[in-house]
Amino acid sequence: MKRIIVKLAAVAFAIASVSGVAIADAGDSPTLKRIAERGVVNIGHRETSIPFSYIGPENEPIGYSIDLCMKIVDAIKAELGMDDIEVKYTPVTGQTRIPLIANGTIDMECGSTTNNLTRQKQVEYLPTTFITGTKIASKKGSGITQIEDMNGKAIGLSSGTTNEKAIKAVIEEKGLDVKVVPVKDHSQGWLALETDRIDAYGSDDVLLFGLISKSKDPSQFQVTGRYLSFDPYALMVQRNDSTFERLGRVVMAGLMRSGEMKEIYAKWFEPGPTGINMPLSATLGTAFEVQALPD
Amino acid sequence: MDLDFSVIPANSELLVEGMKMTFLLTALAIVGGMILGTFLALLRIAKVPVLAQIAAAYVNFFRSLPLILVIFWLFFLVPLIMGRPVGAFSSVLVAFILFEAAYYSEIIRAGINSVSTGQLAAARAIGMTYWQSMTNVVLPQAFRAMTPILLTQAIILFQDTSLVYVVGLRDFLVSAEIVANRDQRLVEMFLFVAVVYFVLCFTASLGVKQLQRKFAND
Amino acid sequence: MNYNWDWGILFRDPYAGWILEGLWWTIVISLLAWVIAFTLGSILGVFRTTSSPILRAIGTCYVELFRNIPILVQLFLWYFVFPEILPDDWGRWVKRDMPAPAMTTAIVALGLYTASRVCEQVRSGIEAVGVGQRQAGRAIGMTEPQVYRHILLPNAYRIIIPPLTSEFLTIFKQSSLALTIGVVELTAMTRQIEEYTFQGFEAFTAATIVYSLVTFTVMFLMRFVDKRTALPGTFASGGA
Repeated sequence: MKRIIVKLAAVAFAIASVSGVAIADAGDSPTLKRIAERGVVNIGHRETSIPFSYIGPENEPIGYSIDLCMKIVDAIKAELGMDDIEVKYTPVTGQTRIPLIANGTIDMECGSTTNNLTRQKQVEYLPTTFITGTKIASKKGSGITQIEDMNGKAIGLSSGTTNEKAIKAVIEEKGLDVKVVPVKDHSQGWLALETDRIDAYGSDDVLLFGLISKSKDPSQFQVTGRYLSFDPYALMVQRNDSTFERLGRVVMAGLMRSGEMKEIYAKWFEPGPTGINMPLSATLGTAFEVQALPD
Repeated sequence: MDLDFSVIPANSELLVEGMKMTFLLTALAIVGGMILGTFLALLRIAKVPVLAQIAAAYVNFFRSLPLILVIFWLFFLVPLIMGRPVGAFSSVLVAFILFEAAYYSEIIRAGINSVSTGQLAAARAIGMTYWQSMTNVVLPQAFRAMTPILLTQAIILFQDTSLVYVVGLRDFLVSAEIVANRDQRLVEMFLFVAVVYFVLCFTASLGVKQLQRKFAND
Repeated sequence: MNYNWDWGILFRDPYAGWILEGLWWTIVISLLAWVIAFTLGSILGVFRTTSSPILRAIGTCYVELFRNIPILVQLFLWYFVFPEILPDDWGRWVKRDMPAPAMTTAIVALGLYTASRVCEQVRSGIEAVGVGQRQAGRAIGMTEPQVYRHILLPNAYRIIIPPLTSEFLTIFKQSSLALTIGVVELTAMTRQIEEYTFQGFEAFTAATIVYSLVTFTVMFLMRFVDKRTALPGTFASGGA
């Protein structure tokens, strides 16, 4: 029976992936090795992390993080000496992104993921590409400016995010009576806010501005309150693959050194295709400079 | 409320791609599930020592689990077992095959049991081995008798594939959800999805009924 | 396999409690949905076998409608679409003010869906009791409702205990779908444990064992009930 299962899995595998022939030299990197063997790089993306990683008008993932990942894909092609590497996209959520990197389903995660020390037990991060933190979005006129105003009200939180933990911790610490409604992803959370299922949605402030910029009537919503957490974003790669990780770091440092990073930033944020309009902050500008390591 | 169904033709390409994925997954899961299911059923019918018990345990075990849980298991486990990246589609397909095989096995076992034992005895009498008589005489008749139920199970499986939603594989439902979120047309898209599923499944079930009637008259 | 197992996680606070809490909600959803499914399914099953063509048509339409749309899509219709097509005040009540909105929606959706399946079981049970019994009842002067109440339904239920058991177990398993609208039942709890501990497979294992144990226990109990309530003179009674 086991043999049959393995056979079926192999058949399924063959059907699902048209693989290339391994010719290139991947060195000691498991990630590069499997990319070379199959001629495919698997990228994990988000569906509504605007403007980092979301489904664009052409039904393909686009965004700031996706553009950065494409630079790394170029570097992978150069490293392996292969011109035709296919990019395959796998959608991930707050809940699936870390296990999918850990088990190798995706080679890179290009979304809006906070780099923290707990997660570094499971995955590895490239240099910081954005700095944000948890805030709450509500409808204007709701009288909500801080999490403390939400006694007796409902807040939506996306499962598996740092925001979920940060806001639950504040609620517990202050003994607030706030109902937490778990949602699958930002789209579901935003929908819940728009349809009055919840009074506020908690997420990274930049993502909240992104969701507002894409909503039917942006003037209806506000992002308020103090930062409830510190969230530096970075692209995720697999742990224990220092060769591949270094390749990513080389690309990112290069972009920061040449100033191309700021151009890509401007493309998505100043004001960006959805009109989010967030000029480069002094902190992030400094972070780019600090991380622009010399060759 | 204002409804605008023009989002559907505007995104027909994405929706058709999603439906293709739904059909592909259904078709491969049916084939895989039936092969594995037949194998399990034969082990139990032939009372192969130990293997028959394992097959019975397998069937009962998978029938006691929610499909969602099986999908989650395999989605994260298959790549680890294979020791190399496996596409989301492949992992999910393996989950469906393992899960559906348990159900197909029960249907096929009932089908084999419905074939008179005289058939097996007659086949053995003309010199066929046990496995020859099974594959050449008993199984073809069993499958014929079971066709309507197998088809009904296929319709159920077709509906069940919508559960790939939980891992974000872009099937028909997920494609519609993408459009719903992007163009803010949730009500229209979910109604559309329901209508499409209904028309397809209802038509198919009418076909199955027709077939049953034909079989009954034969 | 490159994975660090840590089974201790299942017995550590608060994760052990989470699993029990998830199981509790799974059971609550299943039982309440089953009440809806059984009640409505029985009524519809009666509809489908009565002498009234209108009632029969209602029963048939219900079954075809609910059986031919995937349960997940139905759940989304109830959760996302239904409140939006109601008048504003009612929609708000469904979304906010009724008790446990997401869970209630899941219970109703599962109950209505399973009612279509229970209906078919009840119908086949009533048909299995046979036309003779129905005619005999009418012949001794019973009204049609009386025939159902005293003859057809009591016998039909005793015949269909095994398929009804499996319909209940289907609800029990399908209650996991509620996680898609944010209900934290057993399967969702295991996902949450993974998020907090990164030990997903241990949590999945725990859920797998719990689902299997509950299923096998219910099956064992119902087999006993089925034997005790079997109609004399049928195969189920063992004295054919």
